[in-house]
Amino acid sequence: MNTLIAITGLGIFCLLFEILNLRKAIIPITILGLLGVLALNYCEFGTEQSYYNNMIAVSKFSTAFSSLFIVLTIFLVALSHNFYQNHPTKISDYVAIKVFLLAGAVAMVSFGNLAMFFLGIEILSIALYVLAASDRLNIKSNEAGMKYFLMGSFASGIILFGICLIYGAMGTFDITEIHESALSAELPIWFPIGLILMIIGMLFKVAAVPFHFWAPDVYEGSPALTTALMSTLAKVVAIATLFKLISGMNVIASLENQDLLHTFEVIVVIISIASMSVGNIMALRQVNVKRMLAFSGISHAGFMLMTLLTVSASAGVLLYYTAAYALAGIAAFSVILYVCRDQDNEDITNFHGLGKTNPLLAAVLTASLLSMAGIPIFSGFFAKLFLFNQTIQAGYIGLVIVAVINSIISVGYYFKLIIAMYSKEPNQERTGRPFLIYATAVVSIVLNIALGLFPSLVLDLLK
Amino acid sequence: MNVSTILIILLIGAFATYFSGDKLASKVALLFSLAALGCSIVLLNNYNAGENISVINSWITQPKISFALNADGLGLAMVLLTAALTPIIIFSSFGNEYKNSKNFYALILFMSFAMTGTFLASDGLLYYIFWELALIPIYFIALIWGNGDAEERRKAVIKFFIYTLAGSLFMLTAFIYLYQKAGSFLIEDLYKVNLSACEQFWIFLAFFLAYAIKIPIIPFHTWQANVYQKAPTVGTMLLSGIMLKMGLYSVLRWQLPLAPIAAKEYMYIFIALGIAGVIYGSIVALRQKDLKKLLAYSSLAHVGLIAAGSYTLTLDGFRGAVMQMIAHGFVVVGLFFAAEVIFRRYETREIEEMGGIRAQSPKFTSMFLILVLASVALPSTFNFVGEFTVLYSLSQVNIWFAILGGTTIILGAYYMLRMFQHVMLGETNSKAFADVTLNEGISFAVIIAVLLFFGFYPKPITDLITPSLENILQVINKN
Repeated sequence: MNTLIAITGLGIFCLLFEILNLRKAIIPITILGLLGVLALNYCEFGTEQSYYNNMIAVSKFSTAFSSLFIVLTIFLVALSHNFYQNHPTKISDYVAIKVFLLAGAVAMVSFGNLAMFFLGIEILSIALYVLAASDRLNIKSNEAGMKYFLMGSFASGIILFGICLIYGAMGTFDITEIHESALSAELPIWFPIGLILMIIGMLFKVAAVPFHFWAPDVYEGSPALTTALMSTLAKVVAIATLFKLISGMNVIASLENQDLLHTFEVIVVIISIASMSVGNIMALRQVNVKRMLAFSGISHAGFMLMTLLTVSASAGVLLYYTAAYALAGIAAFSVILYVCRDQDNEDITNFHGLGKTNPLLAAVLTASLLSMAGIPIFSGFFAKLFLFNQTIQAGYIGLVIVAVINSIISVGYYFKLIIAMYSKEPNQERTGRPFLIYATAVVSIVLNIALGLFPSLVLDLLK
Repeated sequence: MNVSTILIILLIGAFATYFSGDKLASKVALLFSLAALGCSIVLLNNYNAGENISVINSWITQPKISFALNADGLGLAMVLLTAALTPIIIFSSFGNEYKNSKNFYALILFMSFAMTGTFLASDGLLYYIFWELALIPIYFIALIWGNGDAEERRKAVIKFFIYTLAGSLFMLTAFIYLYQKAGSFLIEDLYKVNLSACEQFWIFLAFFLAYAIKIPIIPFHTWQANVYQKAPTVGTMLLSGIMLKMGLYSVLRWQLPLAPIAAKEYMYIFIALGIAGVIYGSIVALRQKDLKKLLAYSSLAHVGLIAAGSYTLTLDGFRGAVMQMIAHGFVVVGLFFAAEVIFRRYETREIEEMGGIRAQSPKFTSMFLILVLASVALPSTFNFVGEFTVLYSLSQVNIWFAILGGTTIILGAYYMLRMFQHVMLGETNSKAFADVTLNEGISFAVIIAVLLFFGFYPKPITDLITPSLENILQVINKN
């Protein structure tokens, strides 16, 4: 709770900086502020409390994920410095929006009431719509913002409709009360229908097949930093929220009572397989790196959805997977930001010869791609390992084999980029060593490898 | 002092090489690889004296994964092979200039680190991690420092990477499945799991996919010749000398004991695949015009025979296979080095364009001849000991296997000697052939000395490996 208040306060501060004319100091102060929030959040870890009539419920799950979100936001804010160099007048807006977005994200994993959940999702989404369209003179960015807004508000509508139906069935918005009454034998059919609508809305936010069509266009059109935010922070928030909804509302037990569990599992398996396969196969053909990472994100969403099959045991696995994926994503995007800062597109040709001109950044990008592909010692490998282990334990060996085949396919496009960096001749001069980009890239990849070397640190948090 | 010391030396060596700069890199790498060799010899002594040099530490609690390195005779033999070949390979590259040599040599040491780890790991997951780690350096070595057209090289290397990764991911699935049954990744616990015949069949197949691609066994060999040809010679030596032994070693250590029923039931099929590799490799080698490709196919033939020996599930088969692994490791490194020595002078790998070297460099010719004869398993070389034992074990299973497998010696003699004739004898080449330098001579001399010494006196190696092979056989035959 304190975390949420502190984040909101920090956001307001960021807006005040504009008035106080302290634009130059905004990035360092915000990073320091967020570090303070992280410390605050760390202190809350392990306590179980609810605030304001159970509107907000702080638990291990919520604090652990909030910490991840805060870390990701720190990286994203650090990257803002160079990205918005050409628009110095608006930088406090951009930073403030990111901080508010974080507030929405934290609300989404610590809600105790469906109203709070919806509030969180809207804070996050509206901030994202604005950021997607933030390059306002660029027609592509406008298109991305518009597309995202239309599709996103539609999804929000569906979620809201689902919440209403659940209220109709249960007579309450409160998660703990729903949790209890979800087990009663006589549930109106509105409850599962409402659930389906909410899950559909969340799958849209996660960008899982078949609700993924917005993702590639929006990712490609948005400014690169926004894409970084969407593919790391926003995706992680959405999947964590979906997980929390399903575990918080006791969906599994309730569906089992009504003999619907099997259907639910079949649907999850199908969506997960479809997301992995479609994402990977489409990514093979992309030449734009942002678009490629969008499809790769869709396939990773498929992997993360596998945790929904073992909700009771896999919170730690999900946390680990999201952390590994998001850290690799941040590292990859910081290199993309550096390479494509003066380009009007993010095509693979821009990366030619990066291994010669910038060995360090090329190594970071290689490491992050290897992590996403699931090569050992990077945390991406352990994430997949724990996930597969969990899923085989639950008896879905077929699903794991499909996931393994998909991992192999994914090597094809990740390595396309690696090959471009190391075996093609450089086609442009790359000057300047922006400190914050370098620092973000190196720190995030080091964190990624550290997670790989000591997986228990994160994995055992949610026991 | 325990076996992790070797790993630490090699890992520190990789970093030290990277930070020592381009000029010193090769020497620093050589120094660290020699240190690792010294360390492994000391450890061998300690092991023979009965000391416990294994390590076991818990690493991840849930799922239970340990940092467990177990050194038995078989593992140590393979570690010694790696530790002995790495300095030779590094030393043999002193005559070449590499761009960014600090990265190059650091990757070689890192690869040596990962391969040593693979031979030592006794926790399934740790083993898998080392196994995969070894793939990354060789990928970059072949991609960045390889030769030939860049576009073709890219294709060959990415094919190799995806092939091997695909195979090993199925092995990972098998490991996870076994973990569900055993509750631990430790090899002792995995050995104890009782699986039905059907489960064993799938486990066996998953492992087979990983190893058949790495070794390579027909029909999974298609990546091999191209990568051997395109990779820099150092990479080819690492691949053929040590890395493919990872696959063969793993067959003995992991695949057969984990799925013994399947191994017995389908023995004939897998021996037949190995023998098919022998015949196919030999026949294709006959037609090769590129020296490196010819050696690649001859390697395919020899490795097929080793695999067939391992699948016989007899002590002789195992022993012959391990000895032949070591012998083949040395001889193939020597032969590829000879190809490199010729390339340094003639700038070509086409057999047609060579010839008449004997008249100009008798020293090189005689060394090359010894290597060629060792490769065709002439008695008194180490290869003869290995190959003969394997053929003997095959004859115990079925005499036809031995007869067909024996073609490796006949056909091998034919294509190797024909190659020797074209490359070394005949008309004097218009281009001059400088005599071997001291550095090159030392590398050759070491390899030849090892091959001849163990050819006459293989007892130290058989004594080292036999007890652990007997243990493995015991696990296989327990049910």
